[in-house]
Amino acid sequence: MKQLSTKVTSNAHGQDSSYFLGWEEYEKNPYDETKNPNGIIQMGLAENQLCFDLIETWLAKNPDAAGLKKDGQSIFKELALFQDYHGLPEFKKALAEFMEEIRGNRVTFDPSKIVLAAGSTSANETLMFCLAEPGDAFLLPTPYYPGFDRDLKWRTGAEIVPIHCSSSNGFQITESALQQAYQQAQKLDLKVKGILVTNPSNPLGTMLTRRELNLLVDFVSSKNIHLISDEIYSGTVFGFEQFVSVMDVLKDKNLENTEVSKRVHVVYSLSKDLGLPGFRVGAIYSNDEMVVSAATKMSSFGLVSSQTQYLLSALLSDKKFTSTYLDENKKRLKIRQKQLVSGLEAAGVTSLKSNAGLFCWVDMRHLLDTNTFEAELELWKKIVYEVKLNISPGSSCHCTEPGWFRVCFANMSEDTLDLAMKRLKEYVESTDSRRMISKSSHERIKSLRKRTVSNWVFRVSWTDRVPDER
Amino acid sequence: MVLLSRKATCNSHGQDSSYFLGWEEYEKNPYDVIKNPQGIIQMGLAENQLCFDLLESWLEQNQDAACFKQDGQSIFRELALFQDYHGLSSFKNALADFMSENRGNRVSFDSNNLVLTAGATSANETLMFCLADPGDAFLIPTPYYPGFDRDLKWRTGVEIVPIQCSSTNGFQITKLALEEAYEQAKKLDLNVKGILITNPSNPLGTTTTRTELNILFDFISKHKNIHLVSDEIYSGTVFNSSEFVSVMEILKNNKLENTDVFNRVHIVYSLSKDLGLPGFRVGAIYSNDKDVISAATKMSSFGLVSSQTQYLLSSLLSDKKFTKNYLRENQNRLKNRQRKLVSGLEAIGIKCLDESNAGLFCWVDMRHLLGSKTFDAEMDLWKKIVYQVKLNISPGSSCHCVEPGWFRVCFANMSEETLKLALKRLKKFVDDETSKRSCQKSESQRLKGSRKKKITNISNWVFRLSFQDREADER
Repeated sequence: MKQLSTKVTSNAHGQDSSYFLGWEEYEKNPYDETKNPNGIIQMGLAENQLCFDLIETWLAKNPDAAGLKKDGQSIFKELALFQDYHGLPEFKKALAEFMEEIRGNRVTFDPSKIVLAAGSTSANETLMFCLAEPGDAFLLPTPYYPGFDRDLKWRTGAEIVPIHCSSSNGFQITESALQQAYQQAQKLDLKVKGILVTNPSNPLGTMLTRRELNLLVDFVSSKNIHLISDEIYSGTVFGFEQFVSVMDVLKDKNLENTEVSKRVHVVYSLSKDLGLPGFRVGAIYSNDEMVVSAATKMSSFGLVSSQTQYLLSALLSDKKFTSTYLDENKKRLKIRQKQLVSGLEAAGVTSLKSNAGLFCWVDMRHLLDTNTFEAELELWKKIVYEVKLNISPGSSCHCTEPGWFRVCFANMSEDTLDLAMKRLKEYVESTDSRRMISKSSHERIKSLRKRTVSNWVFRVSWTDRVPDER
Repeated sequence: MVLLSRKATCNSHGQDSSYFLGWEEYEKNPYDVIKNPQGIIQMGLAENQLCFDLLESWLEQNQDAACFKQDGQSIFRELALFQDYHGLSSFKNALADFMSENRGNRVSFDSNNLVLTAGATSANETLMFCLADPGDAFLIPTPYYPGFDRDLKWRTGVEIVPIQCSSTNGFQITKLALEEAYEQAKKLDLNVKGILITNPSNPLGTTTTRTELNILFDFISKHKNIHLVSDEIYSGTVFNSSEFVSVMEILKNNKLENTDVFNRVHIVYSLSKDLGLPGFRVGAIYSNDKDVISAATKMSSFGLVSSQTQYLLSSLLSDKKFTKNYLRENQNRLKNRQRKLVSGLEAIGIKCLDESNAGLFCWVDMRHLLGSKTFDAEMDLWKKIVYQVKLNISPGSSCHCVEPGWFRVCFANMSEETLKLALKRLKKFVDDETSKRSCQKSESQRLKGSRKKKITNISNWVFRLSFQDREADER
C-alpha cells in the first residue's frame, strides 16, 4: 500500500458516477455523421462551437497575434520570458473592457483588480483558498455544476451546503431557502464564509433575477460573509432582458466602495463566451486588495500562457471584433436554443424558460416511472443506451427533484441537433405506446431493473476520464 | 475588516525580505545599455536567454506551429476545444522523447506516466498534495530554491525540514546530514513523507553525484513510507550531459523496477530553463505510480497547459533535428558563459563552487568579503552589492544556506557585454574594499561597535517590509 495523501485515497469528492458512465459510453461509441451515424450524440458538453468562424476569420486577418509578432517584429523573446503573475497589462486591460462590454458598459472593471488564472476552475479554487479555512462552508443554490464539488472542496477542505431550489418557482433562490441553508450549516457546526452563485446559471440556463441578486447582497451584508458570482456565461445571454451582474446591483444599491463591495467577487473565463476552453483563461475580480494580492500570488500555480495572453489581448483589443462577436454569438445561441426547445416540444417535453447559457434545463418528470432518483437514473440510462444521447441527469447537479436533465445545444451542428430531437421523439412515442400496453408488467420489471442499474452505476470507480465540462 | 483565510493573510511563508528588496531596487533602477547604463544589473534571475535565436529561426521555418495549422490546414477549432487533462498526446510523446534525449537516451520515459502542469511550480505543489497531508514533512537539502517555501508549503500545509549541507564537501548530501534531518523531523513530531532534491541543483549549479543518489536510494529503501522527488528542471543545462545522473538511471541501473522503491520515485520537469520559456507555463510530473498519475492528472485541472502552447511545443520538440542541435548548442553556450563568469570572478579573487557543471548560475564564495562570519554581515555585504556595486545577486540566507557568505550569481540572462560590465563593477568594489581594509585595520575595532548598530537598523527595515506585490519568484 503506497503512502499517498488522504486527498488521493479518499475518492470521489462528490464525483457522480453517472457523469462517468455517460461520458465513457460516448467515448466508446461517438456519433459521427458519416463514420458512425448511429453513435451516441454528445449533449452533456457545455461547449460553444457556434462562432469559431468569426475567430478564425479574425486570425487570418491578424496573423501577427498568433505568430508572436507585433507590427511585424518578433516579440517571441519577450513573451517567452514573461511570467509576471500580474499578467500582461494589455491583456488585462482588454479583458476588463470586454467584461464591461458584456455588461452594456453600465459598470467598470479596473484591470488592477483582475487576477488571471488557468481557467475558472483555477479561479474558483483559488478564491476558496483565499476566503475559507478547511471545514468552512460555502452555500450554493441547487442545482449546480457538478465540477464544483471537486473545484471548491477537494484540495481546499471547504464544504458545500446546498440552498435548495425547486421547480415550484422556476428554481429561483428564496429567502427561506437561504436561511434554511445557513441554519443547516450551523447545525452541521460549519462556519459559513460565503455564498457562490453561477450567473447566468449552470445548469438552469437562466439569469438570476434582480430580486434574487438583491436578496443575496442583503444576506451577505447582514451576515458579514462573501458573495462569489461566477459569471462565466455572461456573454451567452440571448434573451430580451439584459444581463444583470452582481456588479450592476452593487452600483444600483449605491454600495460601490463600501465594506460589502469588498466581499463581492466575480469569476470569469473565456471558455464559454469565446468557446476557448483549451486556452485556459480565467479571472478573479475583487474589490478587496488583500484578496487580489493573495490570489495574485496563488495564481503562480496556474498562470495563463504568455503566448495565449498575447493572442487574446490582440483579439479583445479589437473593439470592432468584440462588438460583432458578442452580437452574433447571441443571435446564433438564440436560434439554436429555439431549435432545441421546439424539438423537445415536438416530443412532448418542456424545459425551463431560459434566456442564457449553452443548454436547457429539461423537464422529463412525466417520463419517469416513479418520482424517484432511481427512476431518473433508469430513464437516463435508456436515453444514453437506447436513444443514444448523452445528457446530464439532474441528480448529478444535486437537484432535489428527480426528472430534470441538462441538455446542451451549442456543441453540435444544426443537423445533429435535428437528429437528436428526432431520436428523442421516436423514443417518447414508442414509450407512450409501450406504457399503454404493458402497464401491468411494469411494476415487475421496475424492481428488477432498479437493483441492477444502481449497483452497476455505483460500482464504477474513480476511472480516468475527460475533465468536467460545465 | 474582511474575513479572509489564514493562507491569504499570514504572509511570507518563508518569503525572504531580501529577495524583495533586491528585486524592488532593480525595478526602480534597471540597467539598460543605452537608456540607463548606471542601473542595477539583474543577476538574481535564473533565466536562459542564450538560445532564443535557435527558437526564433525554427519558428520562422515552421509557421504552422504557432498559427494553429497542421499540414496547411487550420486546426484552430480542435485546439480551442481541447481541454483534456490527459494532455495532447503528440506533445506528451515529444516531451517524453526530449526528456530521454536530455539523459543521453540512457533511459526512456513513457508518456502515459507524464502529467502536464502549468510550470514546475504547479507540478511541485501538486505532488505535495498527492504525497503528503497537512503537517507532514519533506526533507530538502540546503541551500535550496527560495520558492519552495511557498510552492511546497503554502496551500498544502506541508512542512520542510532542511538537510544541512556544508562547504566542507562542496555542499554534498551526506548520510549523516540526512539522518540528522530525519531525526529532527521526528523531534518536531512531523511525519516524514519524502525527500525532495533539485538535480542539477539550484542554487549550487552542480549535478547530484552518484554517491549522493545512492545515499538517498539506500535511505528510501530502508524507510518504506518515504518518497523521493527529483526536480530535474535544469537537466538540459548540464554542460557535459554524461555527467548528469537522473534518478531514472539509478532505478534502471540498480534494477529497481520490480521493487516498491520504483513507485516512490517521482520526477518534476519543465521547459522554463532548458528552453528558456518560463512564460509558456509548461511543467510535468513523471511517476511510475499509477495512483499518483491518476490523482495528479485530475489535479492538473487547476493548472492545465494552454492547448495553443502544447501544440506549438509538440511541433518544436518532435523535430529531432532541432532538439539534437539545440541541446548541444545550449550546453556549449552555457558552458562558455559560465566560464566567463568563473574566470572573471577568479580574477577578482572570488571563487565559485569547484564542481559547478550545470545550471544558469554559480554559487559564489564571498566569505572573505564579510565583515564578520555572520548573516548580518552577509546582509550588509549584499546591500552594498545591490546599492553600491549595483548588481542584484541572491544572498545564501535566502536559500537557507547554513554558512554565511555564499551568493547565487546568474549568468545566462544577459549579454556578454553586460556580464563583463558586472565583473568590472565588482572588481572595482573588491579593490576598493581591499584597500579600505588595509588602511583602516586599526580603526576597524572602533568602528565595529557603531556599524553593528547600523546593521540592526537595516535588518529591522528589511524585515519590516510587508508582503508587497512583486514579481513571481525566479528560480
